[in-house]
Amino acid sequence: MKVTQKDLDTVASLSRLRIDGSERSGVLEQLDKFLTYVENLEQLDTSKVEPTTYALPMKNVFRADVVKPSLERELALSNAPLKEDGYFKVPRVLEEM
Amino acid sequence: MELNKMTAHELHALLVDKKISAVELTQAVLDRIDRTEESIGAYLHITRDQALESARSIDKKIAAGESLGVLGGIPCAIKDNICTKGITTTCASKILENFVPPYDATVITKLRAEQPIIVGKANMDEFAMGGSTENSGFHVTRNPRDLARVPGGSSGGSAAAVASDEAIFALGSDTGGSIRQPASFCGVVGMKPTYGRVSRYGLVAYASSLDQIGPITKDVTDCAHVLNAIAGHDEMDSTSTAAPVPEYTRALVSDVKGLTIGLPKEYFAAGMDSEVEQSIRAAAKEYEKLGATLKEISLPHTDYAISAYYLIAPAEAATNLERYDGVSYGVRIDGVDVVDMMKNTRTALFGEEVKRRIMIGNYALSAGYYDAYYLKALKVRTLIQNDFVEAFKTVDVILAPTAPTPAFKIGEMIEDPLKMYLQDICTVPLNLAGLPGISIPCGETSTGLPIGFQLIGRALDEETLIRAAFTFEHERS
Repeated sequence: MKVTQKDLDTVASLSRLRIDGSERSGVLEQLDKFLTYVENLEQLDTSKVEPTTYALPMKNVFRADVVKPSLERELALSNAPLKEDGYFKVPRVLEEM
Repeated sequence: MELNKMTAHELHALLVDKKISAVELTQAVLDRIDRTEESIGAYLHITRDQALESARSIDKKIAAGESLGVLGGIPCAIKDNICTKGITTTCASKILENFVPPYDATVITKLRAEQPIIVGKANMDEFAMGGSTENSGFHVTRNPRDLARVPGGSSGGSAAAVASDEAIFALGSDTGGSIRQPASFCGVVGMKPTYGRVSRYGLVAYASSLDQIGPITKDVTDCAHVLNAIAGHDEMDSTSTAAPVPEYTRALVSDVKGLTIGLPKEYFAAGMDSEVEQSIRAAAKEYEKLGATLKEISLPHTDYAISAYYLIAPAEAATNLERYDGVSYGVRIDGVDVVDMMKNTRTALFGEEVKRRIMIGNYALSAGYYDAYYLKALKVRTLIQNDFVEAFKTVDVILAPTAPTPAFKIGEMIEDPLKMYLQDICTVPLNLAGLPGISIPCGETSTGLPIGFQLIGRALDEETLIRAAFTFEHERS
């Protein structure tokens, strides 16, 4: 297995997902099968190849720094699961001091 | 005369001659939806009242002698990952079940200038992750040509709506084949434009360096008209190109004399369905008869495209989908603290395939694996792009299968994600290289399933694709 139980915990935590009990072996197996397949990339010597992040050669797309109208606050909050006084509301983030 | 079976350009002529009204046409499409939607399931949301209201307003404009664009008054379907102001946009995900965008995507703003009638939002694989529309968080869509089979994906709802005459045209999005493959499975025309040709502003991001919106239509002429309407630079999308937009309908010319067409040997590899291969080779021969020159070419890194794609796309997706955390939009499932709330929300509301890709992406990006997986994939992306650069030194356009098989059965592949990924072999290289591609129907199997072939062009050369596709379609009819 390329992926350990610990790897799975790390990646699930990074992903803000829970992978519990009965699911674990299936998920591990599929991740492992996938990572074994993509090993074919190792056949290629890419030591002198530059990476491509975007297909079109574009960089530094500038525009004038001008203030323009944006979404009204109420509209921007219109899909919020919970809001209060014009803010998004979330459960407690910090422990009580 | 069944209005819902006709193309946009045919219907346009009837509308301007006042032989039909936009209300009549919209009603014909809505009636068709009422009759067939239960068996097809192309839509997630039908905007019946708004559609009829827009149709009435178009009829008033026609009566007042106002000019009408070719798409004016034409009923269409919009893939549900394209934001439509005031119309629910879910990406077929339970996490966005209640999301109503406060703004229109740029393609919708541009399309609205032409005044088509939006009849609904089309089903898809959740967040465009899949090739069968079976990953929709709400329901499967069935292939109108065989209800036991998938319509392809991820734009399966868009393709099925057009193929079943539940829409005259549709918009889809294509990250690794999601317009072309369903178009091929359903027997319609689908185009992925060059990366940057069409604005992505308001397209819910899956893999930002690969995503592109494009038309799904009943013929090549409609494809050119829809592309005209949506193409162009947008200051809201800094990756959209400022290159001038040609008038694509001028490319609707039946002539391929002098055109050199490349046939990449790697795309006709083992595992390909023999009827699909025969049909595509016959299409190539047809081009030769019409005056084009065929040339066998090699795209030597094709075998590595699936690996590169399925590392890059999930890596981008893992980042893009971080925003679904139950805070600013979508559904929330509460927890004892903020992280618990996020985990509860994401674990309960994302589907299996979405979770799988988020985890693959985070794995490929994580410390210790970044160089071996993500960076390696980006370098292989360069090699794949270079293959095309070399090929286009000697050919004008490349002809290949769109998919190695015709539409498969519902449930046939869903248990084996890797097998499903391998289906994308003919389509993902274009997204990695940013090139345009069009899938057009070229025949059917002995059991009546549609077969499509794909034409691949140089960056920003959609015109050659339209000309070559139009020629084939024209000579066949």
